[in-house]
Amino acid sequence: MQMVQNHKLTNKKISGILSVVPKHMVRFIDEIDNYGFSKEKCIDLQRTIGFNERRIVKDDECGSDLCLFGLEYLIDRNLLNKKDIGAIVYVTQTPDHFMPPTSCILHGKLQCPRDVLCFDINHGCAGYLYGLVQAFLLLTIIDKKVILLNADTLSRRSCSYDRNIYPIIGDAASVTIVENSNLGNDIYFNMQTDGTRSDWLIIPAGGFRMPSTDKTREVKVLADGNRRSDDDFYMNGAGIFMFTQTDVPVSVNELFQFAGKEIADIDYFMFHQPNRFMLQKLAKKLKVPEDKMPNNIVEKYGNSSSVSIPVAICHNIADQLLTKQLRICMAGFGVGLSWGTLLMDIGPLAFCSLIEK
Amino acid sequence: MDNILKTLQSIHAEYDYSASDDYIKDAMLDSFDIVVLVEKLEDTYAINIDGADITPENFKNLSALASLIKKYADGPKS
Repeated sequence: MQMVQNHKLTNKKISGILSVVPKHMVRFIDEIDNYGFSKEKCIDLQRTIGFNERRIVKDDECGSDLCLFGLEYLIDRNLLNKKDIGAIVYVTQTPDHFMPPTSCILHGKLQCPRDVLCFDINHGCAGYLYGLVQAFLLLTIIDKKVILLNADTLSRRSCSYDRNIYPIIGDAASVTIVENSNLGNDIYFNMQTDGTRSDWLIIPAGGFRMPSTDKTREVKVLADGNRRSDDDFYMNGAGIFMFTQTDVPVSVNELFQFAGKEIADIDYFMFHQPNRFMLQKLAKKLKVPEDKMPNNIVEKYGNSSSVSIPVAICHNIADQLLTKQLRICMAGFGVGLSWGTLLMDIGPLAFCSLIEK
Repeated sequence: MDNILKTLQSIHAEYDYSASDDYIKDAMLDSFDIVVLVEKLEDTYAINIDGADITPENFKNLSALASLIKKYADGPKS
């Protein structure tokens, strides 16, 4: 029985990827008193899960600040010309404001022409795929470059005492340039949603359903000894683990069957980076050699939601992508719950790097 | 069973894992402990536990853990 709706696009390409991480680094070892872990447990968790160093913004810095820094970096180096931009797609869970769309704020700061379309998409760990697909679809009506921006600063909505969340959270942004191509390369993808599990990853308060109050901001000790407020990011850790080990492999396998590809045909599996253990288990389940599925991002930068795939690409395979074409399988999975897999050839790219702000 | 008990106690020496029927309910294992326990059991028994089997139900007591290990020890090696 067909469980997943698969799709194919052609004549679109990624022409450059830039990732931006904050210079501000925090270390798990300096925070362990917040979580109530013993020293032995910390050592075990560093090894198995990859708790180590993370990059998070300082003070009131926003995802759009990281994006603007990246866009100006590209413009200053003649890697992007504002006249070539046809649309801006901004994917985030941490917008500057409820309104206006952050893409419009960036449009203004860049002084883009009025015919540049601006979209905000509220998505998390599957958001790189959602953004890419939206950008590819825009290219069916726009013959200019579509700028995909992914940015999140969830450290600002995570309780520093929440051991399920805070040791893995990182902040980051990325700029991906997508354009039409006449090379005829096929892009295969599928995406799924299960809204019945939408409360498994949630910031309960602060919107219109549950406005932020003194009570929602109060940090509470929960039954399991963990601590957070209703204004903070909550994750059903056990549920999310099961989701990644059951639903995600189905998505990947169905796409490979649709595309007529084998695991051995793929150069790299650049998956969302929740933590090292989850990725090792996914790699084993999919029979992917571990060196083809990097799992080293949480330990160096933290899990930056929809930005984790571009960060993984820029950190691990930037040099290769500047000089040759690689066949890449991406998978994103998280809030929604939403998940999907995308298979495409990428490279040689005009730029591919990771910079600090 | 003794090996499983030893492995559990290497994670939390302060608990008596033979005296509980539900480690999760009795707060003797949290989700992080389960991750560490999986790694230790895989090393000890030379098995690879599928991610879909890493559920609270399979880690709730000695009997559940013994069944889980038996499933992989008796099954094809991956």
